[in-house]
Amino acid sequence: MPFDFGPLWLSVQLSAITVGILMFVGTPVAWWLARTRSRLRVVVEAVVALPLVLPPTVLGFYLLLMLGPDGPLGGLLVSVTGRSLTFSFEGLVFASAIYSLPFVVQPVQGAFEAVGRGPLEAAFALRARALDAFFTVAVPMARRGFITGGVLGFAHTLGEFGVVLMVGGNIPGETRVISIAVFEHVETLNYPAAHALSAVLLCFCFVVLVTVYAVNRRFPVHAGG
Amino acid sequence: MPAAEQGGAPRLEADLVLDRKDFRLEASLDVRLSGVTAIFGPSGCGKTTFLRAIAGLEREPRGRIVFDATVWQDDRTFVAARDRRAGLVFQDARLFSHLTVRGNILYGHRRTPKGERMFRPETVVRLMDLDSLLGRRVSSLSGGERQRVSFARAVLANPRLLLMDEPLASLDQDRKEDILPFIERLAGELRIPTLYVSHEIDEVVRLASDLVLMSEGRIVASGPIEEVSNRFDLRSYAGRLDAGSIIRMRVAGHDPETGITRFAFAGGEVIGPRVDMAKGAEVNLRVRSRDVAIALDPPGRTSILNVLPGKVVEIAPNDGPQAHVLLDVGAPLWARIMRRSVDALELVPGRPIYALVKAVAVDRRSLGRPTAMDLSLAERGGGERGR
Repeated sequence: MPFDFGPLWLSVQLSAITVGILMFVGTPVAWWLARTRSRLRVVVEAVVALPLVLPPTVLGFYLLLMLGPDGPLGGLLVSVTGRSLTFSFEGLVFASAIYSLPFVVQPVQGAFEAVGRGPLEAAFALRARALDAFFTVAVPMARRGFITGGVLGFAHTLGEFGVVLMVGGNIPGETRVISIAVFEHVETLNYPAAHALSAVLLCFCFVVLVTVYAVNRRFPVHAGG
Repeated sequence: MPAAEQGGAPRLEADLVLDRKDFRLEASLDVRLSGVTAIFGPSGCGKTTFLRAIAGLEREPRGRIVFDATVWQDDRTFVAARDRRAGLVFQDARLFSHLTVRGNILYGHRRTPKGERMFRPETVVRLMDLDSLLGRRVSSLSGGERQRVSFARAVLANPRLLLMDEPLASLDQDRKEDILPFIERLAGELRIPTLYVSHEIDEVVRLASDLVLMSEGRIVASGPIEEVSNRFDLRSYAGRLDAGSIIRMRVAGHDPETGITRFAFAGGEVIGPRVDMAKGAEVNLRVRSRDVAIALDPPGRTSILNVLPGKVVEIAPNDGPQAHVLLDVGAPLWARIMRRSVDALELVPGRPIYALVKAVAVDRRSLGRPTAMDLSLAERGGGERGR
């Protein structure tokens, strides 16, 4: 039987797109959380951390309701695009972004906090505008947080199961990601196929993590400066 | 037209009020800035907050800041830090750890419009002796090297005013000695008016031409260093200043054979140990009050080289056996003598006297490590530097 790369490839695509979106969406959230003195901060932090503690089925259930054709967001999308987000790749991306949000936001927030106000004040006194200082000082000095957040977000999305099952189902080429495929192979007692997929995923994750830790070692972060 | 553009000393006016739970800043300052102006006061008196407000990094304090005819802050205006052209040097350097030394020092330079660039990177690199460090990562630098990089970085943003917040505080004594000459070069050769915050009197005496005294969130006095440091009513604020009088003098000449330097001031000349400075350079001399004796007649043959005619200004009230006598010898000079002598000589304000100055100390001015001459100088001066 030829090895079916489909589910693995789909998982990698899903993870990459999710991390990309979370870098855009999560970075401002992390920045705000790292700098604000607002009382809303604890609320936002709790919301961001919810996916850490909620069972994926619960999260998936609510996402299903929200994204379905009768849900508030799904209904809107159906009326605009003519299709709903449930049982689609786009729906999976949305769900994954929610599900993996804390894994990106928390490391980035921690890195921004470690950088602190000091280097930014120095940049302001050196005539940098706010965005300039953010991109030329805060982000590069917090790069380790971005690397960690990116890897954790990627790995976490790669390994998701419950949310996918609830929101995406098992449509080959659309929502049949690697964890679903492994589950199905086991269910149908096709152990060789399950073995092959699992081993590939295991090796892949291991190589990614080793690479990341090696890179992180080469660019150590020096707090303060 | 701003004074600085006419070649004069720019004026800084700051009236700031800040209320916190356990701290109140109510500082009012109006000075012309040339050379180094030290803001001196004990830790926690608000000098750093005051400096940060001038830099535009504290939005909390209410009030008004005007520098060189430009309003930086008032009820309607708040000019952002980046638009003030106020360079800032922090106690902890705050270098950018992701950049090399070169990347750090060019950060502000690159953000300075061409027309505002007064200093060339090569000049500043040479002045701060950074040639060999340019390619290094900042994490590999020593504390002193870090501060030199931060000086260069601040200067190359071409500030019209340089603000230094205890730049030597995180260095040990030897490193301080190494770095001080670089600060003198900034103020001396680049002619950037500098506000220098410190609670170390040694640094203040060595660097400053003017002194701002702060205490508990208020500015107690400001003016030329000899004027402020010699006011008896300020002694409790000045703290360790009471080691003696500070007189700003000019190097009048050297006598290499006897190893002395002659210093000139309004009251004449004094002779001190040789210093490594060009003729005409200005320097703060310190005379400890216990090294000053008083005579009514010019002494005959004596080992004391410096005899300055003058008169008694006042005798400070003192309940101990000793008395502080303020003399006018062309500059204010404090003498600490026994109260018994005050009575014996019938010293009263206005009485002409001769001040006999046993030792004059010049704070170390040579570059780099202290020289043998500096060390002997410290000994002869009674070791004021507290080493």
